[in-house]
Amino acid sequence: MRSVENALQLEVPLNAQLIRNLMMGAHATHDHIVHFYHLAALDWVDIVSALKADARATANLGQKLSPWTGNSYDAVKASQDRLKTFVGSGQLGIYGSGYWGHPAMKLSPEVNMLAAHHYLQALEYQREINKVVAILGSKTPHIQNVAVGGVANPINLDSQSTLNMERLYYIKTLIDKVGDFVENVLLVDTAAVAAFYADWTQVGKGITNYLSAPDMPMDTKGTTFALPGGYIPDGDVTKFQPIKSYNDAFFKDNVKESIKHSWYDGDWDRHPWEEDTVPKYTDFQDDKKYSWVKSPTFKGKPAQVGPLANVLCMFAAGHEPTKKYATRMLDTISTLAGAKVGIGALHSTIGRIGARSIRCAVLYDTLKSQWAALIENIAKGDVKTFNPPTFPSGVQRGYGFHEAPRGILSHWIVIENGKIKNYQAVVPSTWNAGPRNSQDAPGPYEASLVGNPVKDPERPLEVLRTVHSFDPCLACAIHVFDRNRNEIVKVKAV
Amino acid sequence: MKDLEYGSMNEETVCGFSRRDFLKFCSTLAVGMGLPLSAGAKIAEAVTAQKRPPVLWLSAQECTGCTESLLRANHPTLEKLILELISLEYHETLLVGSGKQAEEWRTKSMKEYKGKYILVVDGSIPVKDNGIYCKIGGKTVMSLLVEMATDAAAVVAIGSCSSWGGVPSADPNPTGASPAHEVLKNKGVKTPVVNIPGCPPNPYNFLSTVLYYVTFKKLPELDDQARPKFAYGRLIHENCERRPHFDAGRFALQFGDEEHRKGYCLYKLGCKGPETFANCPVQLFNDVGSGAWPVGTGHPCFGCTEKGVGFTVPLHTPARPKYLTPPSLFTEVYPGKEGISPGVKALAAGFAGAAIGAAGAAAVTGLGKKDDDTKDKGE
Repeated sequence: MRSVENALQLEVPLNAQLIRNLMMGAHATHDHIVHFYHLAALDWVDIVSALKADARATANLGQKLSPWTGNSYDAVKASQDRLKTFVGSGQLGIYGSGYWGHPAMKLSPEVNMLAAHHYLQALEYQREINKVVAILGSKTPHIQNVAVGGVANPINLDSQSTLNMERLYYIKTLIDKVGDFVENVLLVDTAAVAAFYADWTQVGKGITNYLSAPDMPMDTKGTTFALPGGYIPDGDVTKFQPIKSYNDAFFKDNVKESIKHSWYDGDWDRHPWEEDTVPKYTDFQDDKKYSWVKSPTFKGKPAQVGPLANVLCMFAAGHEPTKKYATRMLDTISTLAGAKVGIGALHSTIGRIGARSIRCAVLYDTLKSQWAALIENIAKGDVKTFNPPTFPSGVQRGYGFHEAPRGILSHWIVIENGKIKNYQAVVPSTWNAGPRNSQDAPGPYEASLVGNPVKDPERPLEVLRTVHSFDPCLACAIHVFDRNRNEIVKVKAV
Repeated sequence: MKDLEYGSMNEETVCGFSRRDFLKFCSTLAVGMGLPLSAGAKIAEAVTAQKRPPVLWLSAQECTGCTESLLRANHPTLEKLILELISLEYHETLLVGSGKQAEEWRTKSMKEYKGKYILVVDGSIPVKDNGIYCKIGGKTVMSLLVEMATDAAAVVAIGSCSSWGGVPSADPNPTGASPAHEVLKNKGVKTPVVNIPGCPPNPYNFLSTVLYYVTFKKLPELDDQARPKFAYGRLIHENCERRPHFDAGRFALQFGDEEHRKGYCLYKLGCKGPETFANCPVQLFNDVGSGAWPVGTGHPCFGCTEKGVGFTVPLHTPARPKYLTPPSLFTEVYPGKEGISPGVKALAAGFAGAAIGAAGAAAVTGLGKKDDDTKDKGE
């Protein structure tokens, strides 16, 4: 959508920007909650150990850590009974293959139980915030309200078939409800896991060139943003360079992708507008082609993307909500770990998980301000939601970026006489999961696994911790070999 | 506790509901599926049996949207479903174990529940070049589908991709993306297949199908495309809250125009409701109340459930209505035009009204192919 608007230099009405922003923020909040509790936490939390916990001690621990009202003894006990009944049924389903009792699992039964309790509660809150997406986007997943030039939601406070006061206040109510959970549960739980696994601040750093997109545009042209973004080379926040607008050449001119090690025909390094995608599968070839993923670079180098990159960029840009929640997170970790933990600890496996929660809390503040901005704009009498596009003859090129839950997403389009001539998507997991590039430099996943501990090669849980910390949007295979190159085990991380 | 959870219907609670609420839930479900009220008790019995029915889920060329849709379901919720109603044995995204541990669990479950499990498939099956475009643990998903479907009691294809090919099958279909039922037919696998198309489908269409099967040990009534009639038995157009505007000739011509802001019909914006079979306007999405579906918020339906429409016909190309029943007595919003019926006029107006954006340029072609199929497929 944004790539076409960029190609046409089409402005997007402010209402449409704000409606899109609300959907992006609500969707990302759901995504971050689900990633931590349902796709990553069980790498760190032992559910079987949780069954042995004292429910009262667990509730006390929860109440000590947070003012959250959902940590009562009765609530914790109900969750534990539910899990006991499930395990007692003998049908363990998706949990049967877990790494319970693994030597790398270190939390006490009570901490495990508190996390398991929140695992169940989190399902409810991710559903609630998704309702914001559904109200505006018609349904979720796969929203159906965005259009080139705006959104398809008519605003009419005096109609029963449009975005009206009832719908707007439903959205507000949901934002507040879920914000409470994010601030008082998610932020606290990730800080606790980080504190109890403090040694993991030394693991999984990988690539420290960070790239993220500015997002939540606050004008019709995309020149001011509620959330800053940009580039940090070599992990040095003082070298932060912002991406300033939808037309900033700094981003547009510095993205390339290589297919030297990817299953596509050829061996090139190209700007997305010049690329093609012609599959040529060879099976796994260690020193040649070994992945369906292309290998993107920014200024010729691999870059890490995702909430960590975004949080570091926003922090470097002096973004107040980011500073507030990052400080709160680091202070909580320091208190629980009994040692001062600074922002440098974020360059790690556990740092990526912590940064995701910081970003989720920042999104809560942002959702509130976006909602207020929408109400304020409607109050001014502006009900415009759409600018119709016109497609001139000739060739237009465009690109659009978005700070998606897993990091910067960019789409690149070439339009010729009103038809798509080329379209390339450079997606977040491509940046992180890409194979070695044309210079044979490894991407973030590969680099982050160097030095990663593995206690039991048959059950390499620690490898999953690092790969899952990126929140992969795809299944990838990690092959564990011994020194004689005999494959011990293949791990599929999803 | 165990007895309470899985014991007879005489206990105080069943599956965490009070007995009364549980029966109410099952009755609501039964009515939702067009069954007699008494069927509710049968549903309740089936889901409280000693062993939870096993389900294995195979993901092919997919985006995980179908799984995500279940994360959003409220009745029952995902946790209720997998902790208390079924036993989800294998699912790549939700499985806690990975790699070797995941594959071992899959083969163990297939052996343990041979002939008894439901196989759910999301994503299309790439068949070109012997299926190398999607592999799991070194095997093509094409071979995994055959292996897993052979020993299944039934296959449920969730989403348009596994039902009819979906977005990966769009021209030029570089991977030979095919629906599950076609691959199974070609390989001689006789296991029955139900299709639940949609992108993603409404989770309640999937959940109700699975719970129907678990309860009655048979599949719900299907149409000629193996879709459950309770969900796909009628055109969207037949249940649309904007239908009166269509019949009266009141149309939105552009997003945000006065007619759009009054909630008029979206036919001229390319709405595919008149040729798409689905229950979107009555089931709605995500339990957020009225208007929570594409047409309800103001966006034309693009026919995501319908083969040959979704991902095939441009967004703003006018629909080819399956059957028209234009009322001749209604007045028009634009008086002073030729005295033909509004329905026919709506059709003709599609030529002029739909030219929005690049896609609109190609829009005119759709009308020439108006489907003559006027036979009522609805119930």
